[in-house]
Amino acid sequence: MDPKAFVAGMSALGAGMAMIAGLGPGIGEGYAAGQACSAIGRQPEAQGDITRTMILGIAMAESTGIYALVIALILLFANPFVGQF
Amino acid sequence: MNVEINGPKILGYLFGNTNLPITETMRNSWIIMAFILFLCIFLTHRMQKIPKGKQALAEKAVLMIDGLVESTMGEGCQAFSPYIMTLMMSSLFGSLASLFWMRSTTADLNTTLGWAIITFVLITFNKIKYGGIKGYLKGFLEPIFVMAPLNVLSEIATPVSMSFRHFGNMAGGLVITTLIMGALKVLSNAVLGFLPDNIALLQIGLPGVLSLYFDCFTACMQAFIFSMLTMAYVGDARNS
Repeated sequence: MDPKAFVAGMSALGAGMAMIAGLGPGIGEGYAAGQACSAIGRQPEAQGDITRTMILGIAMAESTGIYALVIALILLFANPFVGQF
Repeated sequence: MNVEINGPKILGYLFGNTNLPITETMRNSWIIMAFILFLCIFLTHRMQKIPKGKQALAEKAVLMIDGLVESTMGEGCQAFSPYIMTLMMSSLFGSLASLFWMRSTTADLNTTLGWAIITFVLITFNKIKYGGIKGYLKGFLEPIFVMAPLNVLSEIATPVSMSFRHFGNMAGGLVITTLIMGALKVLSNAVLGFLPDNIALLQIGLPGVLSLYFDCFTACMQAFIFSMLTMAYVGDARNS
């Protein structure tokens, strides 16, 4: 088998598998948004502060997913392994 | 199917030196810097005692940023609001540049990593200024000295995660929109095969909706998040 084709195929598989990490941030962000909704329901006058804190927290939770995305992008478009064969 | 997803193109070389390429990102950044400079001069041209029109807009924006900085970082931090405003505006216009046939400057890790390193220097400077160099070094040994490597790692992770977040959001949007454009072209050629090859009717509509999310919404969101995180980290460094 052509080793280049093998590496390219495996890289595509790896990129797909890396994006399984999207599960975690999805669950976490949904939970944060739900909690923010119930907090606003209890205290509607603090909506501005709650929304701002929620956006910050969601951005933090998102970073794990973004790391996976960057790994996937590197594997697809800037693959460091293909050049070795 | 032929979909091209590239990094920023190299347009030329500075002084003919191949180590100093001028990329698309740099050119677009210069255009955006010129635009922001023009906007500043235009909005504050011929100011009057009683603001109206464009001057009212400028004053509103400045007051908004001042209020945001004060509520996030505490009293006496007004000196940071120009930096926060600069970050927010360059990020916002840099990302929105994709609406005007330009590659957005923030879909390039170099841009966002540059901003994140400036913020990192600011954080470290404030930590040393307010806690002393001894207090800064001692902070790495909290809660016990075994944690020192992890603390160093988490210190380095701050600029990395900030820049990767912004870059990942913009680049991810770019990749997804490009892939969908390519797929729609294939679909349109298959379904409406009687039309000439370069007319893709199905490309009308859906990409606009996606662009509303990936360009407009994400751009505003990431500009806000990047400057909010900067404020939170620097404010934390001052108060600890």
